[in-house]
Amino acid sequence: MRVEFISGNEASAEGAMTAGLKVYVGYPITPSSDLFEYLSEKLPERGGIVFQGEDEIASINALVGAALAGAKAMTATSGPGLSLMAEGIGLACMVEAPLVIVDVMRAGPSTGIATHVGQGDIMQSRWLSHGPYNLVAFAPFSAQEAFDYTVKAFNVAVRLRLPVILLSDATIAHTRERVVIKESGEIEVEDFKRPTVPPEKYRFYDPDPRDLVPPMAFLGEGYYIHAESLSHDERGYYDTRPSVYRRLVERLVKKVERNKKSIVASKSYYTDDAEILFVAFGSVARSTLALVRDLREQGIKAGLFRPISIWPLDDEKLIEASKRAKKVVVVELNQGQLVEVIEDALWHHQRYDVEVLSLPMILSETPSPDEILDEINSKGWKLW
Amino acid sequence: MVETQEVIKYPLDDYLRTERLPHIWCPGCGIGMALQALLWSIKELHEQGVIDRKKVCFFTGIGCTARASGFVKFDAIHALHGRAIPVATGAKLGNPSLIPIVFSGDGDIAAIGGNHLLHAARRNFDILVVMINNMTYALTGGQLAPTTPTGVRSTTTPRGNPENVMDTTKFVASLRPNFVARYSVTQPTILRTVFKKALPKRGFRFIEVMSTCTEIFGRHTGFRDPYELYSRLKKICKIKKISSIDEIKYDWENEITCGTFIDKDDPSFLDMYFKMYKPRGMVYGES
Ligand SMILES: Cc1ncc(C[n+]2csc(CCOP(=O)(O)OP(=O)(O)O)c2C)c(N)n1
Repeated sequence: MRVEFISGNEASAEGAMTAGLKVYVGYPITPSSDLFEYLSEKLPERGGIVFQGEDEIASINALVGAALAGAKAMTATSGPGLSLMAEGIGLACMVEAPLVIVDVMRAGPSTGIATHVGQGDIMQSRWLSHGPYNLVAFAPFSAQEAFDYTVKAFNVAVRLRLPVILLSDATIAHTRERVVIKESGEIEVEDFKRPTVPPEKYRFYDPDPRDLVPPMAFLGEGYYIHAESLSHDERGYYDTRPSVYRRLVERLVKKVERNKKSIVASKSYYTDDAEILFVAFGSVARSTLALVRDLREQGIKAGLFRPISIWPLDDEKLIEASKRAKKVVVVELNQGQLVEVIEDALWHHQRYDVEVLSLPMILSETPSPDEILDEINSKGWKLW
Repeated sequence: MVETQEVIKYPLDDYLRTERLPHIWCPGCGIGMALQALLWSIKELHEQGVIDRKKVCFFTGIGCTARASGFVKFDAIHALHGRAIPVATGAKLGNPSLIPIVFSGDGDIAAIGGNHLLHAARRNFDILVVMINNMTYALTGGQLAPTTPTGVRSTTTPRGNPENVMDTTKFVASLRPNFVARYSVTQPTILRTVFKKALPKRGFRFIEVMSTCTEIFGRHTGFRDPYELYSRLKKICKIKKISSIDEIKYDWENEITCGTFIDKDDPSFLDMYFKMYKPRGMVYGES
């Protein structure tokens, strides 16, 4: 255990090394490149390889190969690069390759503003690839959380055999803070889920009925695995029968739901008696938390629910945090994405009584608490 | 006297997922011939103790050729269209003791995957790429490939191909990786020895195999008879020694130059990386 004063990007890199990162493949893009550069210096001496791909398509596909060869694998990118990874993310889900993608969100759309912050990748992180699939995304709000949730991202990736996205943003990535860096042993680090049967009996997609996750043999071990991007049976053999397709794809979607309890994370602040519940994540949650504290000083019963796992959402905690709330205000740096997720969860739990207000801010900088307040006032809402 | 009928075992059965046969390839298709030559070379190298077959991994994209990964009894990843090279690259980085073979079509490797091909060759990255060139997009029904000869009809160029053609071997040779060769399925014995030569080497190795697709390519070019297409390929695939890559020709009318054009042992990507970065606790020894 040691304490360092580092940025969110560096903290993610440290978290990855603690988790046992063996292969990093990346393509430079602001505001993620310094994570890549940091690992280029440090990873070889920790027993791993850093490789620069020819583009982000190469990066994501290389991670699939590395993961199935038994290496903990990661890349970091930002919106434009994540867009290029669309098809590869679907491949990772389909062949069940555990890997971690750090998406340092910047201002979009398109090339946007490379050096400025955004939170526009909420839907993109979940629905980027075509077809039905599922994955997991965590959003840190400090350098410490960038470390902790990079470790957790690897744990979930290997436990569930799927890609996990760390949804960071330019402000978190470049803010230097005190970070407690732990080594494996001081923090829980999970290993790949390995076969328990001999090669003749082993099937690459034979799920453990308890968690729906198939144990994983690696390339080169004599199991003669067949990883298949087409619809496939438990052996990995291409099969067009609707029943086989359904069995496979339902499992791919359901394995996240089935294991949700061990994935979800969130934090609630001043929510016991909160009548106005703010919801925000990432860097925006820091300003929103400051605003909530200001409002509390004025005697206003405000609270904050901060999702850390965005996909899946910690909906039970949201419901708990909103138990006294009459109004829920979702603050985010985009045209209104998280609000859809929050509304969906509230309705799912029959909380039709709360009014959900969307406060999307199309800004390329993290707003101050005052700017958020000004935005609220400009709406003419009677919140207090 | 033979009393009971023995099940006849084909010598390559141990290298095939026999339960998945018959394969999908049409009568007259050359992919099987190329794959057979490759499997023979692996078998011989394995039996001679040069390589361990457990370490051999197939990486394929999408296409008729790419389906090979499902029929061979090796570790395999049937990946996305055009992305077999980066997947193989990542696997080799993840476990440098693997022996990756990319086996895919010309559309997969030279068109959609062209950027990956370029950079893997430039880096002299430690994989073997076998590109089966049937001069068309076969699986999807005969659209234009970068390797379709100029003037030839395809379903997307119904009045003939107006484009210049891509000589992938010449292109890869210009990037100076460790091994570059082109042969044809009409030269199966040579193919076997060439695969055998290339497989245990380090660095990037590229072998283009000219192949026959009677059902799709033949349909548009007037070669519906497998014998006719095979004979045409046999006639134009001329094995030559060259003194400069400028002499390599890709001319469907007269000559598709075949031969081993580069065979050297420069330090590979992984040789260089391990020498310069010394990743702790990892070795990149003899394969
Ligand atoms: C991203 C993407 N684009 C297009 C396709 C459709 N597609 C499948 S195979 C193929 C071309 C196959 O041609 P080639 O690689 O030459 O292989 P062959 O079938 O001739 O062996 C195409 C365009 C796809 N699967 N994925």
